[in-house]
Amino acid sequence: MPDRQQTLAKVLETIAPFNKKGADVTEATRFAQDLEWDSLTVLDFVANVEDEFDVLISMNMQAEIETVGQLVDALQKLKA
Amino acid sequence: MSDLFSKFDPLIEQRDTLLESGITDPFNLVMERVESPTVAICNGRRTILLGTYNYMGMTFDPDVVAAGKKALDEFGSGTTGSRVLNGTYEGHKAVEQALKDFYAMDHAMVFSTGYQANLGVISTIAGKDDYIVLDIDSHASIYDGCALGNAQIVPFRHNDVEALEKRLKRIPEGAGKLVVLEGVYSMLGDVAPLKEMVAVSKANGAMVLVDEAHSMGFIGAHGRGVSEAQGIIDDVDFIIGTFSKSVGTVGGFCVSNHPKFEILRLVCRPYVFTASLPPSVVATAATSIRKLMDSADKREHLWENSKRLHAGLRQLGFTLGTDEAQSAIIAVIMPDLETGAAMWEALLHEGLYVNLARPPATPAGMTLLRCSLCALHSEEQVGEILGMFAAAGRATGCIS
Repeated sequence: MPDRQQTLAKVLETIAPFNKKGADVTEATRFAQDLEWDSLTVLDFVANVEDEFDVLISMNMQAEIETVGQLVDALQKLKA
Repeated sequence: MSDLFSKFDPLIEQRDTLLESGITDPFNLVMERVESPTVAICNGRRTILLGTYNYMGMTFDPDVVAAGKKALDEFGSGTTGSRVLNGTYEGHKAVEQALKDFYAMDHAMVFSTGYQANLGVISTIAGKDDYIVLDIDSHASIYDGCALGNAQIVPFRHNDVEALEKRLKRIPEGAGKLVVLEGVYSMLGDVAPLKEMVAVSKANGAMVLVDEAHSMGFIGAHGRGVSEAQGIIDDVDFIIGTFSKSVGTVGGFCVSNHPKFEILRLVCRPYVFTASLPPSVVATAATSIRKLMDSADKREHLWENSKRLHAGLRQLGFTLGTDEAQSAIIAVIMPDLETGAAMWEALLHEGLYVNLARPPATPAGMTLLRCSLCALHSEEQVGEILGMFAAAGRATGCIS
């Protein structure tokens, strides 16, 4: 399993270009409510995460992911 | 008062604000009379129709109308039952035979609407642990078909062959794969690179379903769609289509060469648990489909109309959804909903009906004035249409 901190760092890097409000991002940050991403931004972001980590994050999985921390957990599982 | 409808409050408010400005409701236009596939009376005014899906102008074809009347007389107004239990009439078999002949395919299955065709086929053939890979700009009926089933849903960036290939390669070994594409995407009127996409899908062991709703009757030498035009129709496993566009009535279908296709009639719930199409509808559809086989001249005229409108609008200074006319849909991109609604109303006053399209139907949050041409629009009408766009565009400040 890859290092969790490394995964988190990469996720934060991927979030940055979409963080138009310049909000502080922690593991508790929620994509929809805190970053105020609309569904189109989410789709673009997910595509970037998929390419960055070479995984598939299906819409079924996305429905379960609300926060940055949950995304990191999901990626850890996918890369295990 | 707060209840289950409270979630719609933001939309209700946006709608009220728009209508308070005194504008005609763009989503509630009533056609009082319809004179032909290209002309209706709206608010007492003669209006050119440029916002229907009547691409081949079959709705008033005398043979089509006569077939409908005859079926109404001979078979009555409706079947009152499901195809499986009590709702298959001779006419249903006849329209399925017409589809098999039109597409030169082994199997055809007719649904009550195009929406139900996507809903039924997609939700039934992709089961738990299978993967559906679909273009992100897919029609609502495709997404709803995914939602109804249990498969893993993976969207990819619109018309991006590389994004599709990458995702196919990431699917776990042994999982079933279905790639869902459209020939013509209905909002911008752009065509998919099906040749490349189908090749990539086949190379990765996926079955391919193509929705050809907006291309049937018009695109391809025999009007079979974009997959025919790009020479890969034999590699497509399932083609989904509709009777509510070029065919000129209502209904949906799937055609296929898959040897086990017919089992779908027993396992596909949106086929089994709903009433079948009325006899008059399947009779008009069968007659229309057979006439569409020999409509090369109309196809050519529709291409001329589409290219001329596209070039004319561009010359007037409008921003369009595609660089050249790729289908009979020409999308004019509006800066925002307010301007779009003002322009829509100005066109209506000029005597022209187009569609105002907005999110979530449109990609990337766009507001569009969607124009769809008909093979029966005359050269003079296309000229008139361009004149109306020029006047309305200047009146609303969309063009200078």
